[in-house]
Amino acid sequence: MLRRILALVALLVLVAVPFLAPWTKTFLLLALAKGLAVLAVIILLQAGQVSFGHALFFAAGAYAVAFVGRALAGGELFGLLAVSLLVSAAFGLAIGLFVVRYRYIFFGMLNLAFSMVLYSILEKFFHLTGGSDGIRVLRPSILGVTLERNGFELALYFITLALSIVLAAGVTRYLASPLGQALGAIKSNETRLEYLGVSARRVLLIAYVVSAVLAGLGGAITALMQGLATPDYAFWVRSGEFVFIAILGGAGHVAGAFVGSLVYEGIRSYAAVLFADGWQLVLGSILILVVLFAPQGIVGLWQRLMGRLSQKVAP
Amino acid sequence: MSLQTIMLAVFDGVAYAALVFLVAVGMTLVFGVMRILNVAHGSLYALGAYLAASLVLGLGASGWSPWLAYPAMAAAAAIIGVVVGGAIETLLLQRIYAKEEALQLLVTFAVFMMLENIQRLVWGVQPYFVGEPLQMLGNIELGGIAYTRYQTLLLPAVALIVLFGLRFFLRGTLTGQVILAVTEDREAATSIGVNARRVFLSTFIIGATLAALAGALAAPTTSIQPGMGADMIVLSFAVAATAGLGNIEGSALTALLIGLARSFAVYIAPELEVLTPYLIMVIVLLVRPQGLFARPEARRI
Repeated sequence: MLRRILALVALLVLVAVPFLAPWTKTFLLLALAKGLAVLAVIILLQAGQVSFGHALFFAAGAYAVAFVGRALAGGELFGLLAVSLLVSAAFGLAIGLFVVRYRYIFFGMLNLAFSMVLYSILEKFFHLTGGSDGIRVLRPSILGVTLERNGFELALYFITLALSIVLAAGVTRYLASPLGQALGAIKSNETRLEYLGVSARRVLLIAYVVSAVLAGLGGAITALMQGLATPDYAFWVRSGEFVFIAILGGAGHVAGAFVGSLVYEGIRSYAAVLFADGWQLVLGSILILVVLFAPQGIVGLWQRLMGRLSQKVAP
Repeated sequence: MSLQTIMLAVFDGVAYAALVFLVAVGMTLVFGVMRILNVAHGSLYALGAYLAASLVLGLGASGWSPWLAYPAMAAAAAIIGVVVGGAIETLLLQRIYAKEEALQLLVTFAVFMMLENIQRLVWGVQPYFVGEPLQMLGNIELGGIAYTRYQTLLLPAVALIVLFGLRFFLRGTLTGQVILAVTEDREAATSIGVNARRVFLSTFIIGATLAALAGALAAPTTSIQPGMGADMIVLSFAVAATAGLGNIEGSALTALLIGLARSFAVYIAPELEVLTPYLIMVIVLLVRPQGLFARPEARRI
């Protein structure tokens, strides 16, 4: 009951805030888009696998929007999102077919290697990708309506919010389904899973493609919001950020992705002033502390707190 | 492709392979003994390069003999290896040996983030150049082309000394035998009185020093700038994984293979240069997932 009320309150706040405080819109939009990419990492963490290269799909989605938008001189928002979904799914399938053969160290490092390859391609092939300046993303129309900047951002915000809710619900159901439960079995005992006649590779491949799509959509929305796609989208620092937020928010729960990225972006917009140059140093230290002392992240701490409170109430 | 271009590509490739080997062998040694992949390994390479550059530039400014640059580079490697490497192992890694693999990866990744940041804080983002140690040894003429002695003789020599030194150390000395014993079976080794903790610490320091040494030696040959650590971690992983993680001799051959492939790519298809190491890795891992030189391991169940 309490959880439902809490979710409802959070939703109301997210709907109302852009009207009450318009300056938060950009912040919330970027946090939600990042939340989608973090959700992608969380899905793979269910199988115990860490990807240090998911920025690759983030960039794939962003550049898909940039290229198609440039070819169509704008285009249609939903069409662009569909294209980025297909492109990131294709990338996910191609790379997934290779990396799902590996676990742990190899899985993490091969993902990192692929993302570094994409990063250097985006940077080196100047005539195609605009090099490190990237490609400008033109503002598309929404259902045929061309909006000026403020209206477009507001519309994009609500579309992203709706999309995030639908996707979060979808991922929750997916993780609860046998296919999602099999991911946990990859983590705990893969051999037993194979003895049950379930192909671990296929289970992981499906999860990988789903996660590629989520990260791709996050990248596409970010590019649309910022009006720019740059090689930085594929940089390892960004992949590291996704993993960091997933662990910070709590890898055991879908809510962890969005709670984590809101908290993260919130802290960052303030801390950027305090630790202008030492930001990654702070992140690294917090990551170590969370891994060592609060492995369930913020959501885990919250659940523990709630558990303790309800025990006290009903002895 | 003329003979001279081929010679040039070979010299480039060998010099490059020597450096990559030093980094990869440190990573593979640490993995072989401790079963931990140190994601921060590339940062130790970058720190070695930066510290060596600072020491060499400092020596040059204070008017000491320029030949002191070489001992200074070795000192930079040792300082980074012992101080930074030792700190990482004692403060962090010792707490996580019993944790799941994903968490171990996360912790070393966090160290990587921190070291990259510390490096930026200390040395800034502007590139450093220290060409002196490269020029002081002069050039060598081979097949009509001039190439620096530093890259054709010194770098491969150091790589070979490290390769055979490690072989001898692990198989011919008591300390080496103890390390192998812990690698084989930690519990059994501990039960006969081996201090596994100390073995882990010294192994990690050796690995870290090798990475820093590669960085220090690389300092005169390239511009030292942010991002070199991240590039090197992925590249040395590609070498170590292609060879088979934990395989020392194999990583020497693989480093040579990847180094040559890359330098030939520079002359034949420059846009593919960055991709060659990964293409080789992907092809090898598709055909032999355990790596080129590793024996397939029996499933431990």
